[in-house]
Amino acid sequence: MDSKSSSKNKIVGVVGVGSFGTAIANMLAQKNKVIVYARKTEVVNEINSQNTAQGKPLDPRITATSAPKEICEQCEILFFMIPSSGFLEVVRTFAPFLFPYHLIIHGTKGLSLNFKPGETLDTVTRLNRSQILTMSEVILQETVAVRVGCLAGPNLSKELVQGQPAATVIASKYNEVILEGQRLLRSEKFQVYGNSDIIGVELSGVLKNIIAIASGALAGLGLGENAKGLLISRGMVEMVHLSNALGGSVKSVFGLAGIGDLVTTCNSVDSRNYTVGYRLAKGESLDEILADMEEVAEGINTVRIVKAFLETTGLRAPITENLYKVLFEDLEIEEALQFLMKYPFNVDVDFV
Amino acid sequence: MEEKYIKHRYAPILPSKDEWPVVKLARERKEFVKKVANLAEKRILKQTGNNPEILKEELETTLYREKLRIKQNPWIVDPDDEGQFWGEVKSSLLNISGDEKKISRFGEYKSVLNKITARYAEEIASNFKATHYKVTRSVVTYGFSRLLNAARVKGFKSIFSNQYTLQDKIQITGETDQIRDLATKGTIIMVPTHFSNLDSILIGWIISVLGLPPFIYGAGLNLFNISIFAYFMNALGAYKVDRRKKNLLYLETLKTYSKEAIQFGCHSLFFPGGTRSRSGMIESRVKLGLLSTAIEAQRANYQSGITDISGKIFIVPVTINYHFVLEAPSLIREHLSITGQERYYKENDEFSNSYKISKFLVKFFTKGSDISVSIGKAMDVLGNYVDQDGRTIDKNGRQIDTKDYFMSEGKVTVDPQREEEYTNMLGKRIVEEFHKINRVFSSHLLSFTAFEMIKKENPKLDLFELLRLPEEDLLIPVEEFKQGCQIVLDTIFDLKSKGLIKMAPHLNRDIEEIIRHGLDNVGMYHAKRPLIKDFEDNITTQDMSLLYFYHNRLTGYGLEKLF
Repeated sequence: MDSKSSSKNKIVGVVGVGSFGTAIANMLAQKNKVIVYARKTEVVNEINSQNTAQGKPLDPRITATSAPKEICEQCEILFFMIPSSGFLEVVRTFAPFLFPYHLIIHGTKGLSLNFKPGETLDTVTRLNRSQILTMSEVILQETVAVRVGCLAGPNLSKELVQGQPAATVIASKYNEVILEGQRLLRSEKFQVYGNSDIIGVELSGVLKNIIAIASGALAGLGLGENAKGLLISRGMVEMVHLSNALGGSVKSVFGLAGIGDLVTTCNSVDSRNYTVGYRLAKGESLDEILADMEEVAEGINTVRIVKAFLETTGLRAPITENLYKVLFEDLEIEEALQFLMKYPFNVDVDFV
Repeated sequence: MEEKYIKHRYAPILPSKDEWPVVKLARERKEFVKKVANLAEKRILKQTGNNPEILKEELETTLYREKLRIKQNPWIVDPDDEGQFWGEVKSSLLNISGDEKKISRFGEYKSVLNKITARYAEEIASNFKATHYKVTRSVVTYGFSRLLNAARVKGFKSIFSNQYTLQDKIQITGETDQIRDLATKGTIIMVPTHFSNLDSILIGWIISVLGLPPFIYGAGLNLFNISIFAYFMNALGAYKVDRRKKNLLYLETLKTYSKEAIQFGCHSLFFPGGTRSRSGMIESRVKLGLLSTAIEAQRANYQSGITDISGKIFIVPVTINYHFVLEAPSLIREHLSITGQERYYKENDEFSNSYKISKFLVKFFTKGSDISVSIGKAMDVLGNYVDQDGRTIDKNGRQIDTKDYFMSEGKVTVDPQREEEYTNMLGKRIVEEFHKINRVFSSHLLSFTAFEMIKKENPKLDLFELLRLPEEDLLIPVEEFKQGCQIVLDTIFDLKSKGLIKMAPHLNRDIEEIIRHGLDNVGMYHAKRPLIKDFEDNITTQDMSLLYFYHNRLTGYGLEKLF
């Protein structure tokens, strides 16, 4: 097997050129030829003529296309780097061109809903597990691709662009997906771990966004490091229980995609989710915040979905529940904090 | 409103028995067994990483376990020279370990290994004889239809009447044409649900009614202990699976046998549950061992360049639906004692000897308890539906190539871990299909409703406490029962309209008639009936565990939520 040479000649596809997509495309381009997909033709033109994507510099070896067919035909492996809100639509656009030999790795930390036409989160207030889809489940449901993986971990785009050392997890039920992802991404500055519990890794990445919002709120209130330590630890317990209820393994929450990403996001002013919490605490309303954010803060949608899921389980998730009230029911942040401080978390660790 | 079922016999798709794959295999039996032994040896060597130390350990473990088995759990079918054979293995292993040179040691271990795989392969291989097959087929068909007519048409004189055929008794529905069609083009693997020891014979008969050549299948070696079964099994192309032998060498030889036979073109039959369903539930998880050989064989065909339909393998799920499962009492007790809390129950196997079985068969065919068999849509080895010409069609109606699932960087590659995941996926798909083609009978409806109603009356009790409820707490007034049944029935109709379940035509009658029909039929030959109507017009049970067993047939559809 001369996998080395063949993987060098391989063309890798990246779908979506947001900040994370761009960062990953640049990293992939260090080893392989990369084609990126963008829906808008002006973005495609910008990449092909100026080597920038919406102002962010791109490796000159990267070319762009707006034709799903072209990228699917040229690439055996595709990285889907799109926000969860548009994920389903993009996957559906790609489905006719995907075949069982395609490998797909996504980097989206959000959830999607398996709704019948006409149903929305405004009309459906209770969700069971079958109505919630992780991104890999969306891919499996909508396409014939089966060798699917996800990319998660503390990967702030800004730091990746600067070439700071970092690591990520590729999770997949298929070893070949993990190995391929490692071959393509691993470098002196970038370590790649593998995990077979894809659902657990996806959920870790998704659920930590909730805690990140809360962390931003604490900072916005001017609270210190003791409070943050408390939040991260209680947040992790909540993630463990939620992830378990949604079909993930407890172990993954302790990994890079769980606790690793949680600590990073809860400390980072560069995180969108953190920023939402911070500005909320400073007195802005959710609508105001959303109005001037360039990219989506996944955590907001996640809070809504998890809240609706809690309705059908007997589970309590105090941080998520209170954050929901703050975001959507005008509960004051101070009151939410008061409530949490009185909440009887008697046992420190009750899941190992 | 009676639904159509197949009343005629199909013409055989391969009229000359010389063309039957299973006959061809029987002709080449000797070479085939040798091939299996050698391939199994290779597989095992690969798994041990060609390391003489690991190989030695596997050989020693196998020897140890086999000796233990011979001592602790001997069966009638076991060959007489077993002790001698393993004794020889033991002494050769002792001799080898004295040998100084590592290379020659490895060679000697390999030869011991080959001896063992050759013995296993020989033991597993079927003893199919076309003449026996024909005899069996006519005995089953002729004998049973005579009995049937004697019972249904008036009087003993009518024993030679032809008014009823076996097909009136055992109704075959579903995708019969597709399976016939595909059997001429590729290789079929039939995967039926498994509730009764009768299933093997039943399926064998159905295969012949459909005009298909005999299928080969793995039957528990324990069944060969009973002479009448041994005859039937051999005649039907069964190869032997010995569940006592759990050692690596045996399992690998068995898998190799199955894989090679599929690649040879033999249509096969796997009971994917591995064994009879103890709980009465439709299999919710399948055993992956043999199923993985289907995927392996498919990949191997692609690897050797057979990419047209002749090398394609089709999975066809089948459900067998009974009002009455003879072994139900012992199955459910076994299930309950495994799942815990009931006291140990010594198994009393109703199928323990030829006399009991014959008696049952007579009873069974002379009284009115219908069986239906639904044949599901054919799928490829990944669980995608295939069309009439065997082409794989994805969920959006697009034609795809199954080969693509095994491709990596432009060629077919071997990746055991990938195939393991594929086997999981296929297993899940088979379970899904089982639920879709499962055919509800009045007896299932009644049992489900009655059990759930009793459960609802006693919300605080767990299953084992429920099973111990005193008689007086098991009464359901007829009127309430009728309402309960109606609610469940309505939901089943709804599921049916979505294609999630099938129903027997007798469920189109009105509810009173359905209840009467169900009460008459549910577990009709058990000493204690799972459901009866008492003198005060209450519905009750004489055996709560049995009621639970028949109730379980409808679990997995979310119907419990109705109560």
